Amino acid sequence: MIFPLIWRILPGPVALKVVELLVLLAAIVFVLFTWVFPWIAADILPPPDGTVDTTPAP
Amino acid sequence: MTAHETLPSRRAARDDGARRPSARRSPRRRQTVGGAIVSLVAELLIIAGAGTGLYVLWTAWWTDVVAVNEQTKLVDGLGQRDTSGTGTEHRGPAPVLAEPPNVTDVFGTMQIPRFGADYERPIGEGTDRERVLNTIGLGHYEDTAMPGATGNFAVAGHRVTYGKPLNQIAELKTDDAVVVRVTDKDSDFDVWYVYKVTDSEIVTPDKVETIAPVPNQPGTEPTADDRWLTLTACHPMWSAAERYVTHAKLDYWMPASEGTPKELSETSK
Repeated sequence: MIFPLIWRILPGPVALKVVELLVLLAAIVFVLFTWVFPWIAADILPPPDGTVDTTPAP
Repeated sequence: MTAHETLPSRRAARDDGARRPSARRSPRRRQTVGGAIVSLVAELLIIAGAGTGLYVLWTAWWTDVVAVNEQTKLVDGLGQRDTSGTGTEHRGPAPVLAEPPNVTDVFGTMQIPRFGADYERPIGEGTDRERVLNTIGLGHYEDTAMPGATGNFAVAGHRVTYGKPLNQIAELKTDDAVVVRVTDKDSDFDVWYVYKVTDSEIVTPDKVETIAPVPNQPGTEPTADDRWLTLTACHPMWSAAERYVTHAKLDYWMPASEGTPKELSETSK
């Protein structure tokens, strides 16, 4: 479904498709590392911060 | 097309022949609705698995890469000059930075020989997760004493992720040195403070008495001898269930212009 669709959408011969796929993956990882994961870490799953506090630390 | 004896194989051959030309033009295979749903779910699971794996990689590795890089720059930004020679170990009242730093100000560094000769991390004001602990690394609890002052210089830091400045806190042993250097170029202030570890404890995160002016004796007025340093980090690693707390007491101080504490020159430089 998704993977064959992406493979079909990518233009050019197989060698070019492979390169495009790698670029696409790199872009996805970049977006995740730069915006998505920091947002998850800050707002959804804050890692323990090691402070002692009167309010229970998340 | 050659004739075949049995019906099933003849049908198969016919189907084969009918499909192959069009199959070459388009790789699309005919799929049942059920099959499509199964493969869609399978692909979504693969994507979710890859995403989760990447997230683990990001927390456990990438945040360290970014934070250590940033923290190294912050240490350099303090403009601390290399010191040489072994100066006098002063044990009297210590000079204390007059102007308390603002939140997120980097006012000094911490070196802990037990953590390695190249361990040198910036200390920022405040314990805000985003602005201090995730970026600067070590954060000074606001309203606790400054280095050298009577009371408790309390510092928090991540034990894992974001440069993990206190990753090895559990390896500290009694009498290990924790060396703090406070530098303020504007007021020409540059002093070493050498603390020696006294004890460690594992507590629940609500035990604020660990960072009281006299550790674990809230309400007690510190005497001139009560010049403490307290480090707090997560315990166990990757958990927020408890805190690993290490206390140290000021051994001596030394203006940076006079030399380098021997605790540092023993391991490096």
